[in-house]
Amino acid sequence: MLPKDGLSGIFVREISQDMIKDSQALITEKESWKEYYLLSLKSPGIAQQAKPGQFIMVRIDPQPYPLLRRPFSIHSKDEENIEIFFQKTGSGTALLAQKEINDSLDILGPLGKGYKVDPGFKGKTVIMVGGGRGIAPLYFLAQELATLGAEVKIFYGAKSLSDLCLKDKFERNDFKLFYSTEDGSLGFKGLVSDFLAEKLPSLAPEFMYSCGPEAMMEKIAQIAMEKEIPAEFSLESIMGCGFGICWSCVRRIRQEGQETWLKICEEGPVFSKEQIIW
Amino acid sequence: MTDLSVDLGFLKLKNPVIAASGTFGYGLELAPHIDLRQLGGIVTKGLYFNPRSGNLPPRLAEASAGLINAIGLPGIGVERFSEEILPQLKGYDTAIIVNVCGESDDEYISVVDFLNQKEGISAYELNISCPNVKKGGLCPALDPQATFSVVSSVKKKSSLPIITKLSPNVTNIEEIALSAQDAGSDGISLVNTFLALAVDVDTRKPKLANLFGGLSGPAIKPLALRMVYQVASRVKIPVIGLGGISSGQDALEFLIAGAKAVEVGTANLVDPEATLKVIQELQEYCQKKGIAKIEKIVGTLKC
Ligand SMILES: Cc1cc2nc3c(=O)[nH]c(=O)nc-3n(C[C@H](O)[C@H](O)[C@H](O)COP(=O)(O)OP(=O)(O)OC[C@H]3O[C@@H](n4cnc5c(N)ncnc54)[C@H](O)[C@@H]3O)c2cc1C
Ligand SMILES: Cc1cc2nc3c(=O)[nH]c(=O)nc-3n(C[C@H](O)[C@H](O)[C@H](O)COP(=O)(O)O)c2cc1C
Ligand code: FES
Repeated sequence: MLPKDGLSGIFVREISQDMIKDSQALITEKESWKEYYLLSLKSPGIAQQAKPGQFIMVRIDPQPYPLLRRPFSIHSKDEENIEIFFQKTGSGTALLAQKEINDSLDILGPLGKGYKVDPGFKGKTVIMVGGGRGIAPLYFLAQELATLGAEVKIFYGAKSLSDLCLKDKFERNDFKLFYSTEDGSLGFKGLVSDFLAEKLPSLAPEFMYSCGPEAMMEKIAQIAMEKEIPAEFSLESIMGCGFGICWSCVRRIRQEGQETWLKICEEGPVFSKEQIIW
Repeated sequence: MTDLSVDLGFLKLKNPVIAASGTFGYGLELAPHIDLRQLGGIVTKGLYFNPRSGNLPPRLAEASAGLINAIGLPGIGVERFSEEILPQLKGYDTAIIVNVCGESDDEYISVVDFLNQKEGISAYELNISCPNVKKGGLCPALDPQATFSVVSSVKKKSSLPIITKLSPNVTNIEEIALSAQDAGSDGISLVNTFLALAVDVDTRKPKLANLFGGLSGPAIKPLALRMVYQVASRVKIPVIGLGGISSGQDALEFLIAGAKAVEVGTANLVDPEATLKVIQELQEYCQKKGIAKIEKIVGTLKC
């Protein structure tokens, strides 16, 4: 049993009007690198509503295996399409990786609350730190903030150069990129959080964003705490539904000074550094 | 058009498809997305007297064609339920069935006592079978005497019909069903989830913080169907069948096996429109087969 406190966190909300079920989202483009995949899905309704940091739930197959939908961040969008960028990590993502152009997927979205996109960031520096597949939502966010006129600096870390598969894609935009690899095959050798700590004094960001492994985000949150820089993080949790009815995705979150259990799918997946209990 | 309505004796439903407890929130959450008035009924999320936060995460693990959950019945308690939820639910013309939980017979009674005076509830579904909640490791649904005790004491206090929801984790389901009937239950629903375990081979830890969870979804359908048949063949009170239903065909199998109505659970998590799909497919089947009234096929298994 959970502690009896924090019960105020049990919200009952109507599921966002924005959620759309698109059972015929056509795969229009596909790219792959090692165990990473990029799919472009034609889904005008979802594309129109999508905000950076939000996610979709993908039904990988109409048969009951895998039964549950899988959550993926919205990696980018245009008027008609959204993209997802994913890593093959288990049975569901392995099946998804086999889907080809002209196959269609049943998707639900956009879901959750996204990252803060503030017009006040115009002319200011914002930093994004993505590790491995955690880079996925940051592309969409970077594009939106760049459009607003923010100076976007992206720390993109991975094990090795061959895992930095979105490098070329990011470089086609007007973002400043900082690479780190654990084996030193490109950029800073070591952890992206150490690289960030080294570079931070010269960057003076207005805001920081991150997505990636928890251990990495925790270190970044510590740095943000020390330097008193506002920061937001995207969390993962096992999700039975993704839209708020199963209560499987809860995590302990600080809200208005109180610790409470919140549904990540509905109240997140993005939370501020003050809210997250690592 | 086929007449899809079914009469449980104590409750008339416009069609036999009900949303199952714990997989449809309190009902209102989905109101912006599906027309609740089309449903035969809604069983709300399990309700204890006081608010509760549930089990520690991870609370869910996927299994082959199923899922194992140990959500632990978090909920808002009777007060908030009757203030925030019920008045709004009343506006939808569908049967509202409240899933009643308790850690003791007294708690079941206090929930029912509190809700008796409220408007908008059609029946109570007594969740005596949740495998997640430890009551000295046992829940009333596992024992005929304990079942009799809780059902009869709630029945005495209740101003509404009672559906007793059975656990499949027993050797003799008919015995428990007969106990519930003897205790005055107006109907029976089955099944709740099957006690299950999921293991992470890398960490050699259970995948759920709670160790055990309850298996639901397509994986349990044949087991559930067998139990529904066994119970429906033995009791006189109406039976509501559930376990792995996600299509009109699944629902028909339960109706033919003897269920007067069905509940759709896990399928709602995968497809929020699952209940509507089941209703539509039932309608299509009956039309194709020239069945004028769906009640006609209840309990028609030829053996
Ligand atoms: C909000 C959110 C956004 C995400 N965005 C991305 C993304 O953009 N790109 C990407 O590669 N991955 C992303 N993930 C993680 C991705 O959902 C999992 O890697 C994926 O579900 C694994 O499925 P599987 O069947 O391959 O793995 P399995 O291990 O076979 O999955 C078994 C079950 O566990 C769940 N599960 C396993 N790992 C995770 C995880 N890390 N987080 C949540 N559930 C998990 C699965 O959904 C499934 O229900 C995101 C997760 C969340 C919660
Ligand atoms: C996430 C989840 C939560 C559930 N919560 C409840 C509950 O609160 N009360 C209850 O009686 N049954 C609960 N159940 C059990 C279902 O109502 C149903 O009996 C079971 O899942 C079998 O049906 P299904 O295979 O269609 O899901 C829950 C099941 C799931 C998957
Ligand atoms: S995933 Fe179902 S409530 Fe969050």
